[in-house]
Amino acid sequence: MRTFWSDARHFQIAALSSLLLFNFFLIDFGAKPLYSALAIAAALLTQVVCTRLSGSTRIDLRSPLITGLSLSLLLRANSAWLPALAGIAAIASKFALRVDGRHIFNPAGFAIVLLLSLTSGVWISPGQWGTSIWLASLLVFLALLVLRAAQRSDIALFFLGAHGALLVARAYWLGDPLAIPLHQMQSGSLLIFAFFMISDPKTTPDSRLARFLFALAVAALGYYLAFFMQMRPALYVALIVLSPATPLLNRVIPAKKFEWTPTIQGASS
Amino acid sequence: MTKAFMTKTFMTKTLRSRLKAGVALAAVCAQLTVAAGPASAFCGFYVAKADAKMFNKSSKVVLARIGQQTAITMASDYEGKPSEFALVVPVPSFIQKSQISVVDTKTIDHLDAFTAPRLVEYYDPDPCEPDYRGGVLALATATPTAAIPAPPMQAYPGVKVEARYDIAEYDIAILSAEQSDGLIRWLTDNGYKIPAGAEPVIGSYIKQKLHFFVAKVDIKRFDALKRAYLKPLQVRYQTSKFMLPLRLGTVNANGPQDLTIYALTQQGRVEATNYRTVKVPSNVHVPLFVAHDFPNVYKALFDRAVARQDMHGVFVEYAWDMGWCDPCAAQPLSKPELTELGAGWVPGDSGKAVVNRWPSSNPPSAFVTRLHVRYDAQSFPEDLNFIETSDRENFQARYVLNHPYAGAASCEAAKRYEASLPDRFKHEAENLADLTGWSQKTIAARMATSGELPAGAN
Repeated sequence: MRTFWSDARHFQIAALSSLLLFNFFLIDFGAKPLYSALAIAAALLTQVVCTRLSGSTRIDLRSPLITGLSLSLLLRANSAWLPALAGIAAIASKFALRVDGRHIFNPAGFAIVLLLSLTSGVWISPGQWGTSIWLASLLVFLALLVLRAAQRSDIALFFLGAHGALLVARAYWLGDPLAIPLHQMQSGSLLIFAFFMISDPKTTPDSRLARFLFALAVAALGYYLAFFMQMRPALYVALIVLSPATPLLNRVIPAKKFEWTPTIQGASS
Repeated sequence: MTKAFMTKTFMTKTLRSRLKAGVALAAVCAQLTVAAGPASAFCGFYVAKADAKMFNKSSKVVLARIGQQTAITMASDYEGKPSEFALVVPVPSFIQKSQISVVDTKTIDHLDAFTAPRLVEYYDPDPCEPDYRGGVLALATATPTAAIPAPPMQAYPGVKVEARYDIAEYDIAILSAEQSDGLIRWLTDNGYKIPAGAEPVIGSYIKQKLHFFVAKVDIKRFDALKRAYLKPLQVRYQTSKFMLPLRLGTVNANGPQDLTIYALTQQGRVEATNYRTVKVPSNVHVPLFVAHDFPNVYKALFDRAVARQDMHGVFVEYAWDMGWCDPCAAQPLSKPELTELGAGWVPGDSGKAVVNRWPSSNPPSAFVTRLHVRYDAQSFPEDLNFIETSDRENFQARYVLNHPYAGAASCEAAKRYEASLPDRFKHEAENLADLTGWSQKTIAARMATSGELPAGAN
């Protein structure tokens, strides 16, 4: 059992599935079961096909399942083929866009930004998670479980810290009450971004300092895109635009490469 | 078997009184005061004398947007003297005279009626004729419910009167400012008394490089127009910000305010990005007496829906392609009407709209989203931001009445049908109790007056 949960993906699948159920049943204009099924099926299928094409025989369906679940939670579409396309694009990017033996972009984030820029048939619903405190707490709880297991929790906290600091600084400059940045920080979709996307251990820098710099850069670019360019999916765009810096940061500030399954010593400790 | 088809639209008493007073300019955003008294306003404020009652508890805003082209039309239930009306709206840029107009009140009322929550009635068929399928027989709607003197400008450092225009009954000024205190002094000296809470909000808008659109009524011109009410004002501009400034409206506000937003877009439904967008409960079967009290029922229903979201929700009451409706609470708007409201992109000639009771294959016209918000400073600290989605799925706030079969029937099926009615009535009573929060006892008593006796209610 302990070994099972030591793979952060299992936590992630459990957490994202709970959120998706919540989304189906409790959120108006939320996820649609058919669209979610198509996004997930497309992601799984693409993983199988791409793994075969790359000549590997070990097919692992956990990561594409996470990608499919993330797409279901975050992307809305007006026709069924779009979530399927998102699933395909997400996983294909993982196999096609690689540097130093690993993929550059968070697959779901990449597909979201790609589809938002290519078609008007998709959108994101950042307001739909509301600002309920209990939901925020639930998300934090689920996410901490994931991050503890993934041992990369620092980047989500770095990001939330930087993002929050920018929002508070903006409010201070404008003379706005603290209620405004607090309201902005309580957004459920912000927490989902922080805990399930920017903290993807495969596409974040290996060293802690690099992760700190990366989180800072995403927060700063996201702030610019949101408040100066009026871009709604600002954080996703910021993350994807900056992701190519990860391989660079890994070369400049090298550290141990992340593996989903801990080494024998790690598992037994 | 065909049944007669009739459509009726009734308005609430409040709406009638508001219409009588004339829909004047808007008050979404603020509650400030003019020299002499309380004011309230849209993204700014309108104003009345100290002894005048404030009436901006509910406002209407039409937001028509394609690309970055935005038209905002502001209407409210302002009932004070026209001479005491004033409006201050933050706008994203300098506004030229050609970007401002007044809109016919009737056009907004038409849009309001078209999108209003509706009650539909069905008559049960003769239980002895099993093939009959019921049809919509009647329809009702509930509609939940505006001469600046010029002291020397050097007295107001940083304030610039960019332009002044005369539009219909309005004297309009476009202001820019560098500091809130200068602007507030200018406003105060020009007849507005600004409560203390407004200064930081105005300061925030100034730092965001917004301009201020200020309007007052020129009484001579208004009298010459021989109109009993003020017309809604419309401002058109290009902006990347799809938002509605609410904050000024919450300053000094006397309790929560209601705002109905009618978003006209090309692609699809509009939703809020920084508050949760939820549907009001819909397609619920309710007791027959609701037909006589629908406005109150809807009001109670909305109060409860707001409470269930802790007053943090933005409620969708209608989301539909403007080209058709089913059932139609009012005729769809014609191209000239849509153009008047800023949706000039709709295809077609200037003729009247054809009422389609089914989706037409014509190119997409306008999609209307009716959003209802109840807000105050605590629950809505931030201005409303929107996103246009490409979701064209229809939604309407619709409540259903089922009239039991009233004719004589003596077959076996009729006995079963009659035996099933008390349970149905009970279910309808429970629905209404859940929607409104009213006690089942009260509901049962009212149902009895229309001959519906819920099971277990004696």
